[in-house]
Amino acid sequence: MTPPARIAALVMGDPQADRVVPPTGWPARLTVFTAGAMAFLAVFALALSLAAGRVADIWADALARTATIRVSAPTDELALQTRAVLEVLGQTPGVASARALTAEEQRDLLEPWFGDGLPLDDLPIPQLVEVTATDEGYDAEGLRQRLTAEAPGAVLDDHGRWRRPLVAAASRLRLMGWAALLLILGATAAMIALAAGSALAANEQVIRTLRLVGAKDGYIAQAFIRRFTLRALGGAVIGMALGMAAVALMPGAGAGEGFLTGIRFRGFEWFLPLAIPALAALVGYLATRAAARDTLRGMR
Amino acid sequence: MIELREAGYSFGGEPLLGGLALTLAPGSFHFLTGPSGAGKTTLLRLCYADLLPTVGEIELFGQSTATMSRDDISGARQRIGVVHQDCQFLDHLSVTDNIALPLAVSGRDVDAHRENLRELLAWVGLGPRADALPPELSGGERQRAALARAVIMDPDLILADEPTGNVDWEMSMRLLTLLAELNRMGKTILVATHDLGLIRAAKAQVSARVLRIAGGQLQLAGADL
Ligand SMILES: Nc1ncnc2c1ncn2[C@@H]1O[C@H](COP(=O)(O)OP(=O)(O)OP(=O)(O)O)[C@@H](O)[C@H]1O
Ligand SMILES: [Mg+2]
Repeated sequence: MTPPARIAALVMGDPQADRVVPPTGWPARLTVFTAGAMAFLAVFALALSLAAGRVADIWADALARTATIRVSAPTDELALQTRAVLEVLGQTPGVASARALTAEEQRDLLEPWFGDGLPLDDLPIPQLVEVTATDEGYDAEGLRQRLTAEAPGAVLDDHGRWRRPLVAAASRLRLMGWAALLLILGATAAMIALAAGSALAANEQVIRTLRLVGAKDGYIAQAFIRRFTLRALGGAVIGMALGMAAVALMPGAGAGEGFLTGIRFRGFEWFLPLAIPALAALVGYLATRAAARDTLRGMR
Repeated sequence: MIELREAGYSFGGEPLLGGLALTLAPGSFHFLTGPSGAGKTTLLRLCYADLLPTVGEIELFGQSTATMSRDDISGARQRIGVVHQDCQFLDHLSVTDNIALPLAVSGRDVDAHRENLRELLAWVGLGPRADALPPELSGGERQRAALARAVIMDPDLILADEPTGNVDWEMSMRLLTLLAELNRMGKTILVATHDLGLIRAAKAQVSARVLRIAGGQLQLAGADL
């Protein structure tokens, strides 16, 4: 039988078998608590990874595809230079489309920073041109040089300067989220192995009696494995439920690319945390089995 | 069943037992006697592989105990009914569950043996104490429960260490009658006891050999008993 099949058999199986071992007191309660706390943390690590991944994808996509050209010039030259810029862009291979933002769009962009009622027409604000690249992309350096020649007031901002480190950070964060999940699994295994080991050691006399009446070590181990696997599973279910509730209660901001407001799971992602209790049970099973084998071998 | 070949045992210092040679043939009945501290319990522990001989060899069901794996030993113990001198109960389980323990640990269906268990409990006079916990039992009740557990698996071999140490004469006779009956059914039996009255009483029921441990050696006791 594979470990998951064994765990299923354990969970369904004969509760009679684990009655031969007396209640294990604090090691069992410790296992419930540890599994619960770790499952709670695991939900957050998972949410963090997924959110970081989403942000990295959105930003990386935007990074690759769009750029902005800022045309700063005295008001009377502005229209002329903007036209020159659009002309240059029209001739640049790799540019899919280019469009000067309308006055309303510019106002919408500035409004969050300056509030409404901005006398936009009176201010010498630069004209923005939005550039969308084809999949192949364009030669940013060549474009910059041509712009300097044709429209000296134009500056190409390919967003890379400030977005590239953000994308790198988001990707790193996603990696750290997965690493945190692995560490949580490892720590859970270690705690359960310790708890199970101490429960076995505390029951040395019981184990001796069981052996004297013909119990094989596999049977004795099974009694402990069943108990600790069920504790790990139960604790993890509680921890996962609390973790998911906490994530669900995080304020969200719709489909934006905000990181903190994008922590919540989306769609099918809500099913991913359900794997956490199963993993906890698997870890509990493997850790207790290893601890039991080791401890029983040491008891003559 | 069991064969001791020049087997001996030492707990570390002076050898306690030495040069033991004994064959328990199938269907035989032996008493093992000797003063307190002579090594009766130790000899029985050697027989069910709780201890391994420090010299010589002990063969259990055709295999040397020294070469048996843990699982082999457990398997062999499922075929031996042992009445331990200190009873070896699990204090958190009822008397009934303790008696059923050999069934449970060998994967048998305990529920299928309910009727059997009830009869056995009644037979050793523990019917009313079926749900008591072992610490609530008197010394004699514990020994009767231990004997019931020793026979629950219908073993080929029964090793009993002072099974009548704490029971009154009437109960001793009932336990003896049970052992004699089991022996007539073909079971091999070894009873360690320093109760010479029990041994004398047994002579009327079974043909038993009486072994005596003295000075670390096994001797066949004479007819003077
Ligand atoms: N674990 C042990 N370590 C050291 N010495 C031991 C150990 N167990 C028993 N002994 C010693 O071995 C000797 C024999 O003990 P054993 O229990 O076999 O005697 P016994 O014949 O069964 O005595 P009794 O009739 O009192 O039950 C005793 O002197 C005892 O002190
Ligand atoms: Mg003794």
